[in-house]
Amino acid sequence: MTIMGIKITFWRVVFVVIMVLGIYSTYVRYLQGLGAVSNMNDNFPWGLWIGFDCLCGIMLAAGGFVVTGAVYIFHVERLHCIVRSTVLTAFLGYVLFIVGLLYDLGRPWFIWHQLVYMNFHSVMFEVGMCVMTYTTVLFFEFLPNVLERFNLHTPIRWVKKIYPILIILGILLSTLHQSSLGSLFLIVPEKMNPFWATPALPFFFFLSAIACGLAMTIFESTLSSRAFGRGLERSVLTELGGALYVVLWVIGLLRVEDYVNRGIVKSIFQPSYEAYFLWAELTMAFVIPLIILSFKAARKSPTMLYIASLSTILGFVTNRLNVAMTSMETWIGHHYLPKWTEVSITLMICAMGFFCFSLAVNYLPIFEDEHSEKHEPAPLIPIAEQTLVH
Amino acid sequence: MSKAILYDATLCIGCKQCEGACAEQNKLPYDDKVAGETIQSEHKYTVVLTQNDRYMRRLCQHCNEPACASVCPVGAFHKTKEGPVVYDVWKCIGCRYCMLACAFSQPKYQWGKLNPRVTKCIMCPDRVQAGKPTACAEACPTGATKFGERDDLIAEAKDRLKQNPGTYVDEIYGLTEVGGTSVFLLSPVPFEDYGLPKLAKIGDKPLPEYTGRVMELMPDFIPLWALILGGVYWVSNRRAEVAEVEAEERALRGEK
Repeated sequence: MTIMGIKITFWRVVFVVIMVLGIYSTYVRYLQGLGAVSNMNDNFPWGLWIGFDCLCGIMLAAGGFVVTGAVYIFHVERLHCIVRSTVLTAFLGYVLFIVGLLYDLGRPWFIWHQLVYMNFHSVMFEVGMCVMTYTTVLFFEFLPNVLERFNLHTPIRWVKKIYPILIILGILLSTLHQSSLGSLFLIVPEKMNPFWATPALPFFFFLSAIACGLAMTIFESTLSSRAFGRGLERSVLTELGGALYVVLWVIGLLRVEDYVNRGIVKSIFQPSYEAYFLWAELTMAFVIPLIILSFKAARKSPTMLYIASLSTILGFVTNRLNVAMTSMETWIGHHYLPKWTEVSITLMICAMGFFCFSLAVNYLPIFEDEHSEKHEPAPLIPIAEQTLVH
Repeated sequence: MSKAILYDATLCIGCKQCEGACAEQNKLPYDDKVAGETIQSEHKYTVVLTQNDRYMRRLCQHCNEPACASVCPVGAFHKTKEGPVVYDVWKCIGCRYCMLACAFSQPKYQWGKLNPRVTKCIMCPDRVQAGKPTACAEACPTGATKFGERDDLIAEAKDRLKQNPGTYVDEIYGLTEVGGTSVFLLSPVPFEDYGLPKLAKIGDKPLPEYTGRVMELMPDFIPLWALILGGVYWVSNRRAEVAEVEAEERALRGEK
């Protein structure tokens, strides 16, 4: 169906609905306050926006530092072709994280206070500074895509010169803030359920970021090849699947070791409200992907890799939501469920991510190897025609 | 010197004069409806809880090493040398980490406001600095809420426990909790009946130490990790260069 020259597809309709609801919720957020738009209250000062938009958003954008590190620091040249798409995802992820923060902060107009009234004891301060700096680093890592599109070769050479420094800085900052997101919760051991209240939380947050970085790379490549016919070679996907398999084993064994160390193995198998959430998390994050990836044939099948990576992502998202919400519900004595307006803003931010990603893939040389022959620039078809085709 | 508040539940008659005085001091509305509210909120910094004709006051504990001050990214909270933990609203960005971090769930939020602030008992810092007692202590008709030197109040609380065996649970709440506080509570019934976390649960270690352990690793970790990454980059880059040159040489020899 076509209306006024714009083709109407299922996903375009979904996109418009999400945006309309999101804009309404934005209106409620900034004209009536946090209480009106969310189910957060004095018992639950942190809700879905911190739990998902911030904690998970940053985790899912971790592919940027994982892949650039592998390629530029460890010279895993085979992965060179995916650097651009992961840097794009990371850059979008961090920008959208900041957008999410502007909704969640009670006084977003004072966000710059972070640079003035620094409190060096605060984990939140460290996270804030790292995210600010790393977003800038990602901007420069992403810049060559845009410059190339407009054939500006001199500035590309400048960026190329500082590229190794950018990459090292990026990994350093990522290590710090990915783990620090876990450190945020170290100060409330008394409030958290022992399933998640481990002093090793920063360590697990860092490792799960690596796993999700790999899983997201597989996930988005599969989606892009379906939507735009542009994705990664199967051999690269297989290799990423293999890496994910190893990383998941390492995290899984360390998780078991942590439970044994703290002597709570027994309580894991006793049914309880928290145990159900833990089981869901462990099944999706470890059991399903580890079973799938253990078969060589599955690691070669794009569909199986897609399922394994999706399961990993959902598992670790559940993990972070458990840390931020489920684990504290018993202490607080209330359950928290986000309000629909809260959810709609999260959905809008995700939809904006998908939209920007599809724009970038269409107009910038994202899935083209920079070493290959020069490509014809993509024809400038009206945006509405090209994006969200399916 | 450091000041403190001692609240003795056996002396309290539940008149809620402290609530009213607190509201007046902080320019908050106070009427029968607010008096009937049994939870602390953005318009009620302190509350007198009633259970079977026994009372318990809840207010900010004013920790010696406050978690709220340690977690705030912009340092909007700080402990003054007189004892009160105070809040600088003009610094606050509204992240609400203080609310999550506080073991006593004292910071509350103005959820309905467009430029909201965190609210909690700040122990009348202006009055304290001027050498006056807090508004609640001044208003208390029975001396259940007493303001004074921290050391004197600890001695007095210990004395009351000793003089009246069996009257109180054998604990001065706030003396060792999370490394000590500036508000001490005495009660004939267990404190957890009023929602106060047990010492066994929150411990006697200051909460900022949990994150401090990680944060103090940073100055060593950052240069070390940067050095390792730089080193690996140099080695693998050098390897690639050498391999390239060798391949070229081999190709040259092959051509000959």
